[in-house]
Amino acid sequence: MAHDHALHRPLERLAGASPIAALDPRTRIVAAVVWAFAVVSFENLAVLTAAVATALLTARLAALPARATATKVLMMDGFVVALLVLLPFTTPGTPVATIGPFTASAEGLHLALAIALKANAIVLMLLALVGTLEPPALGHALARLRVPASLVHLLLFTVRYVAVLTDETARLRTAMRARAFAPATNRHTLRTYGYLVGMLLVRAAERAERVLDAMKCRGFDGSWPMLDRPRLGRDDAVAAAVGAVVLVLLITAETALVRTA
Amino acid sequence: MSVLLELADVRFAYPGRPPVLDGLDLRVQSGDRVAITGPNGAGKSTLLRLLVGLARPQAGRVLAFGSARTSEADFREVRRRVGLVFQDPDDQLFCPTVLEDVAFGPLNLGHPPAAARAIAERTLERLGLTGFAERITHKLSGGEKRLVSLATVLAMEPDVLLLDEPSNFLDEATVGRLVGILGALDQALVVVSHDRHFRRRVTTDERGLEAGRLVPYVPRCTYAEPRLRDAAE
Repeated sequence: MAHDHALHRPLERLAGASPIAALDPRTRIVAAVVWAFAVVSFENLAVLTAAVATALLTARLAALPARATATKVLMMDGFVVALLVLLPFTTPGTPVATIGPFTASAEGLHLALAIALKANAIVLMLLALVGTLEPPALGHALARLRVPASLVHLLLFTVRYVAVLTDETARLRTAMRARAFAPATNRHTLRTYGYLVGMLLVRAAERAERVLDAMKCRGFDGSWPMLDRPRLGRDDAVAAAVGAVVLVLLITAETALVRTA
Repeated sequence: MSVLLELADVRFAYPGRPPVLDGLDLRVQSGDRVAITGPNGAGKSTLLRLLVGLARPQAGRVLAFGSARTSEADFREVRRRVGLVFQDPDDQLFCPTVLEDVAFGPLNLGHPPAAARAIAERTLERLGLTGFAERITHKLSGGEKRLVSLATVLAMEPDVLLLDEPSNFLDEATVGRLVGILGALDQALVVVSHDRHFRRRVTTDERGLEAGRLVPYVPRCTYAEPRLRDAAE
């Protein structure tokens, strides 16, 4: 089954106890967001390398499993790889290499490297801080950070109903196969898939209505009460202080290096 | 005996269709255990939905706990005291974990989180579901989902329990467990079920829903005799 595949196993189940796990989810989300904004603004390659190192260290602290994490990071890299390969050849500037009729520029190479480092520093940090959260904990923390309730509900419902939708799709597909459906390149196949998607949409909409009815029956009036009451503690203060120091160091280095360059 | 719920001369039709319920009367008193059966599409689920205001009748009156109920605000109050267990547990269980789902109702009733958690744990224990609290709802088996969805409603300690096809798709052992749980409840029950055996074991009063009204139940099971097994012998 797909669920048992290492790729699909959520990190929060693989990651063990760690100093990161002891932190309040809110601290982790805010830290990840601040980190992303800071890293995006860096330009110096040395500073960006230091940022990747910091992210790696945090991932280590979060006890992220090496292989599963690497797979996820590589998947993200797969998305940007085309851009990175093309950038040196499309950015005008000082030529450094020629492949056939194409010339790579130093500026383009710098840009591509910077983007690759930024992306990895941010994704690693996200995986370490936010990826290790159970989806419900993430939802609740977002709600406490005053993210609009509808967005939080959307996240929580997605977590709950993705499996139901997958099962429904599987059932419909099995039913199609049971009547000897084999996909081919023809109108019949297209129409059948159209019906499948349409039927899924209709069923999802109807189920949404029934779920809302069931929630109303249990007194739901638009606000989602929560069971857990996490508190910001000493650990969070320490983590915030350490994070702030690291960030200030990186920003200082960036300002100094970019100005001298 | 006090009247808890009442439908008086109720008519209900889905848009563009002939009425499913027409001139229907139903009275549920404390201690009642009513079974409702009837052909597919006869309006049994609709009847339950009318009782908690998820559907509104085009004619007739819905009364609950001594007063007529018409607006959403009226029914919000009714739903705090009437528990409806849906036909498909996947409709009912929408929280990631069992504990959160069972605590959802008590939290809505205004219990503080600690109390809601205690109520949820107690309810799970009462239904023999200790150890299920941290389970992920969508990974439960069909029978477990059914019992947990019953727990989510019982945690609100309703005065009346409405059950829509509770024994559907359950294995015999789970049906037995369900019968045991329902038998021990002191709430009034309204059970919609096609399962004759189940109805006999859980309820004391059987009604049929026919042509939009409730009538005394008459078995309609007219299997051709001799049965296949006899014929084979």
